[in-house]
Amino acid sequence: MAAEPLLSVRGLRVEFGSHRGLLTAVDGIDFDVREGEVLGLAGESGSGKSMTLRSLLRLVKAPGQVSGQALWRGRDLLALPEAEMRRVRGREIAMIFQEPMTALNPVLTVGTQIRENLKEHTELDAAARKARAIELLDHVGIPSAKSRVEDYPHQFSGGMRQRAMIAIALAAKPRLLLADEPTTALDVTIQDQILKLLLRLRSELRMSVILVTHDLGVIAQSCDRLVVMYAGQVVETGPVAALFAQPRHAYTLGLLNSVPRAGAVRQPLASIPGQPPSLLELPKGCAFAPRCRFAIAACGGNRPPLVEVGPEHFSSCLRHRDVANR
Amino acid sequence: MALAIPTVRRRRQQRLRMPLIIGLGIVVVLLVLAVFPGSIAPYDPRSMDYTALMHPPSASHPFGTDNLGRDVLSRVIWATRVDLQIAIFCTIFPIIFGTTIGALVGYYGGVLDTVFGRIVDITIIIPFLVLVIAIVAALGPGLLNMYIAVSLIGWVFYAKIMRAEIQVQKESDYAAAARVLGYSEARIIFRHLLPNAITPIIVYWMTDMALDILLGSSLGYLGLGAQPPTAEWGVLIADAKNFMSTAWWMSIFPGIGIVLAGLGFSLVGDGIADIFRRQR
Amino acid sequence: MTAMPDAAAPLMIVDALSKSFVRRGSFVDRIKQGGSKTVRALHDVSLVVRRGETLGIVGESGCGKSTLARCLVRLHRPDGGRIVYAGQDVLALAGAERRTYNRRVQMVFQDPYGSLNPRMSVRQMLAEAILFHRLRKGAAVNQRIAELLELVRLPTDAADRYPHEFSGGQRQRIGIARALAVEPECLIADELVSSLDVSVQAQIINLLLELQERLHLTVLFIAHDLRLVRHISHRVAVMYLGSIVELAETERLFTKPAHPYTAALLKAAPELDPARRSVVEAVRGELPSPLDVPPGCPFHPRCPKVFDRCRVELPLLRERAAGHVAACHL
Repeated sequence: MAAEPLLSVRGLRVEFGSHRGLLTAVDGIDFDVREGEVLGLAGESGSGKSMTLRSLLRLVKAPGQVSGQALWRGRDLLALPEAEMRRVRGREIAMIFQEPMTALNPVLTVGTQIRENLKEHTELDAAARKARAIELLDHVGIPSAKSRVEDYPHQFSGGMRQRAMIAIALAAKPRLLLADEPTTALDVTIQDQILKLLLRLRSELRMSVILVTHDLGVIAQSCDRLVVMYAGQVVETGPVAALFAQPRHAYTLGLLNSVPRAGAVRQPLASIPGQPPSLLELPKGCAFAPRCRFAIAACGGNRPPLVEVGPEHFSSCLRHRDVANR
Repeated sequence: MALAIPTVRRRRQQRLRMPLIIGLGIVVVLLVLAVFPGSIAPYDPRSMDYTALMHPPSASHPFGTDNLGRDVLSRVIWATRVDLQIAIFCTIFPIIFGTTIGALVGYYGGVLDTVFGRIVDITIIIPFLVLVIAIVAALGPGLLNMYIAVSLIGWVFYAKIMRAEIQVQKESDYAAAARVLGYSEARIIFRHLLPNAITPIIVYWMTDMALDILLGSSLGYLGLGAQPPTAEWGVLIADAKNFMSTAWWMSIFPGIGIVLAGLGFSLVGDGIADIFRRQR
Repeated sequence: MTAMPDAAAPLMIVDALSKSFVRRGSFVDRIKQGGSKTVRALHDVSLVVRRGETLGIVGESGCGKSTLARCLVRLHRPDGGRIVYAGQDVLALAGAERRTYNRRVQMVFQDPYGSLNPRMSVRQMLAEAILFHRLRKGAAVNQRIAELLELVRLPTDAADRYPHEFSGGQRQRIGIARALAVEPECLIADELVSSLDVSVQAQIINLLLELQERLHLTVLFIAHDLRLVRHISHRVAVMYLGSIVELAETERLFTKPAHPYTAALLKAAPELDPARRSVVEAVRGELPSPLDVPPGCPFHPRCPKVFDRCRVELPLLRERAAGHVAACHL
């Protein structure tokens, strides 16, 4: 019997009212995050993965409307008064972003930004905050932390900036880290360093992580469980090993096949034809059906629910058995 | 990504287009007044009726009469032609010459840029109005000299804008693609870069026209622009300056003309900027 | 189709190409440090591109691969070295001969949103290229445009639309069509699919493979995605801080890399197999800046196998096996 999940999202919906109609960025999704796990949130542009993350921390402003429930240690994040939400942000749940240069304040030193977080969320006094800032920078792998703590973000290189951003985010030892494409803008060798750093910190701080990315390799190397999103809907979720070995949704299968594997050199890749649908006019039923080679008439009917297809493995594909046997 | 929001634009487009439509409406009305003053104005702007001196607005004189018995409405209508002429002639040379120079300077840089920088410095140091007045004073009052004075200085501002825009567009990948396709530099500058750089110029042009009308009116007020008895809004206000409290209609209506013209051009400029912005 | 094209036919020879950019510091920098800094983008780069092959060029930020691509199409003027294309010295070409070279070697750019002129319709873009180079006249132009659109699998009604009406993947197709409009022999793809979603990447890569077969194109595929490069290249060159550190046939490079940087790069790239994970970093240290190139071997500050000679002497490309060169003292 699995332990009570740390975060339990039910019916999360993010919509943008426009005069042409309703743009549905996230179409009523459910998922859980367990203690100490790295949950991958995968999907391409327009899948709603970034919007999901932002809505958890109530960063989505009008005209966006968020509805649903996000139970965090018993409290619904989406219903909390703003003052309490501020206490959750940074102290219990932290977030890091894709572009460190825009996420870090360019006119404040890195040390100041860390200390700001500590001041807001901990009881440490000024001297202790100073010391902790240096300690944090050192911990995330920035050499000569003592001198670098008074540097400005632009004085750091890309990878170092990401580390600084992680240090700021983790200053108050949050239980959950939301990572929105933290390595997408980085070079391969630096990406590798940052991912390994995140995993190490996850173990040390006994923290959970929701990692949003479109890179299947990153997911394979760092996530325990995976939620695959398409056009604002969850199409498949389960342990990473199971999903990669035997995907049970046509979209997941298509995605995995789009990535070249060694062996079939210069052969055409099995690409998914067409394009993702407009978020203003989501197709009835399964959003992926128009592009799906397994689609049957029923796929265009009611939206298929997530059903259990294996141990802890859920899929919303009506033809998941055929997909498994492809 | 881009595919997701193609039609959100439609309603927003309609909302944003209202100002443009209003602006265009105003400009069209002004143009009609400028082109057909004779058919629209009820009286000859120069004819004086000594029996109707400084009459307030009435049925026979909707805008009243001035201190010489002339119908204010007719004078305001005839003045539209002069003021629109001012708007056009004060900007036509600057926009053509300034855009070309700015494009060349922006693209080639180097020595050209240094020289141009110095010209800009000289031009900015002295306030525009003072400079124009100085030149007009040297050349003599009158509209033609005003056009010359404004053109001599005004082109620099267009050139500055164009230079900055071209410098940005020059670095884009589509400009690089054009170079890789072997196109000549003239073609790249004028066929590829310029259309992408022109929007701020057009917007500035609209504002410039509005400001030049104001300038013309200011000079007219000072006696350095249009000379009486020519009806020009500034001249009309100047004529009215001694009668501000006794005959408010002599200055208010030309004033409204200036405001309307300024508003019309500004709205058109903003509207155009929006349209081009949405095409990105 | 997967066999190596005939090794005997070099199409382009790059010889000792060097390029530096002088970065004029801000006014404050100049007072403080007395001057401008030199960014060493390319240093002594030599390679041979064979007719009909796909040569992959990989490397991280600052390695010079984009600068190299731009030098090859004459967007940058190299400071030293030569480029020889079909026997001609490319850098000496001028006028009509240069335009002919532009026709033969074309480039497709990374950013689908910046590489198309927002003010020109697809038809205008393609027609301009065709007419400027006098490839067709009159009614044949529109026919050719239809052909090009068909080649890149875009609907014919795309011709009269503007770039902002298309998605990223479609814009890349238009970019390819524009490059193909002048009937090139060699296509340089500078991070062609890096800005696209995974599923769209696959579509474009398939298109590229197909076009290469149909039109007998030679392709220089510049990318940072190792998996893609491995999939479509015959040979791969690895660049680091402005130099080529290794060059070999694809499978050999990926299975038996001779340079420690190549090995690190391969190790760092996240594998698709969740069962094979490691906690050890592939390589330590930061990416170096081309403003500040270390003496000796540029990789030595981060190299796990560094020894004394590496710190002082720059290693040259040495042949390790047939067709496999690497610049390492090991």
